[in-house]
Amino acid sequence: MTERFVTRGFVGRRTQPGAGDVRDRIPPGQYLTTDFPVLSAGPTPRTPLDRWSFTIQGLVREPATWTWDQFMALENQEWVVDISCVTKWTKLDMRWRGVSVDTLLERVELDPTAAFVVAYSDGGYTTNLPLGDVLNGQAFVAWEYDGKPLAPEHGGPARLVVPARYFWKSAKWVRGLRVQAEDEPGFWETLGYHNRGDQWLEERYSGD
Amino acid sequence: MASPIAWRIATVGTIRDETPTVRSFTLGLPDWPGHRPGQHVDLRLTAEDGYSVERSYSIASEPERRGEIDLTVERIEDGEVSAFLHDVVEPGDRLEVRGPIGGYFVWEAPLGGPLLLVAGGSGVVPLMAILRHRRRTGSHVPTRLLSSSRHAEEIIYRDELDALAAAGDGLEVIHTLTRSQPTGWAGYARRIDDRMLAEVLEPLGVSARVYICGPTALVEVAANAMVRLGLPPDRVRTERFGPTGT
Repeated sequence: MTERFVTRGFVGRRTQPGAGDVRDRIPPGQYLTTDFPVLSAGPTPRTPLDRWSFTIQGLVREPATWTWDQFMALENQEWVVDISCVTKWTKLDMRWRGVSVDTLLERVELDPTAAFVVAYSDGGYTTNLPLGDVLNGQAFVAWEYDGKPLAPEHGGPARLVVPARYFWKSAKWVRGLRVQAEDEPGFWETLGYHNRGDQWLEERYSGD
Repeated sequence: MASPIAWRIATVGTIRDETPTVRSFTLGLPDWPGHRPGQHVDLRLTAEDGYSVERSYSIASEPERRGEIDLTVERIEDGEVSAFLHDVVEPGDRLEVRGPIGGYFVWEAPLGGPLLLVAGGSGVVPLMAILRHRRRTGSHVPTRLLSSSRHAEEIIYRDELDALAAAGDGLEVIHTLTRSQPTGWAGYARRIDDRMLAEVLEPLGVSARVYICGPTALVEVAANAMVRLGLPPDRVRTERFGPTGT
């Protein structure tokens, strides 16, 4: 379309806060929300903490596995990040506690061919990310939200959080990362959603 | 790389009131590529100055209807898009949509059954696409719809559901009314709970395929109950909307 389409009669409520610094934090096609909507494709898995573990495997010299208690003892921090879901909501200043993926990867020796990770979860969910998208403070595994243990429907006991990508990349109920040389599209990535999912480029669906 | 899902200009046809706060819009889309029952579309509204908003809406119509789709939209208090659709849009208006989107919460006749559909409020919309498709393809897959509404006058598609259930092709429709019930109401009169789900599932058995759509609290209750009742989690598909899912 050369000329922009205009919807007859639409002005918009423009309820989003007027301050430019807030507006500039809302990616294209998103709207601001203050609640925390839940989206998932199936029943919420429930793994008791004494049977929970987190593993990094694949193209590493030795896989690393942590029990829940060991995971809690890792160096962790508070993260305050903006989150955008492909279903159009954006929520600002979400406050989490968790461990950086950098800290986790320090415990393994990556193979030189390592280039991608597949995050895998209880319930069979997977999502794929280039290694470069989860390094240098770009991703963390969170177990607290807003000062409280992460609720099961929001991905508890622990979920991956990758703020620079649409929220489906932030795998709920995450149990590990598989390091790979080749990219391997995950659950939504094989069902029509974008392989990378950069919300600032509006990479919602395959081909965007 | 796949090519992008294109934005298309739809022409609004019929507008029907389903309930006092729910309205269906037929959108003419001559080159619509078709969809699978359960999928949704993105809808975009753009103002003169370029300000625009997008929302996702489930497709209510069956794919066998060519060249048009139906959207059924609940008017949400403070809903920037749903209020515009209800208050401003008229037949003949043009709207931008793209789709179909979503490849998991879908059911097509060859997938078989038995089929249990659980709806909360306007969560019935994608399930209606499944039921209309089931009817149009002549499927006799044993199917039960459990639909939860607050009041009788808020039951979406009530007459059409009655007609579908009367066809004698293996569909049963079960309503629960959670807030008020008309005199002589013989159906359920409470929120969906484990016991209700066990009763509704019982004739279908644990080999059922289950599709649940509604607000998060209802979806959580229903999906957890299904797993406790012995269904494999991968047979239970969910679609949720929160209060902001307008």
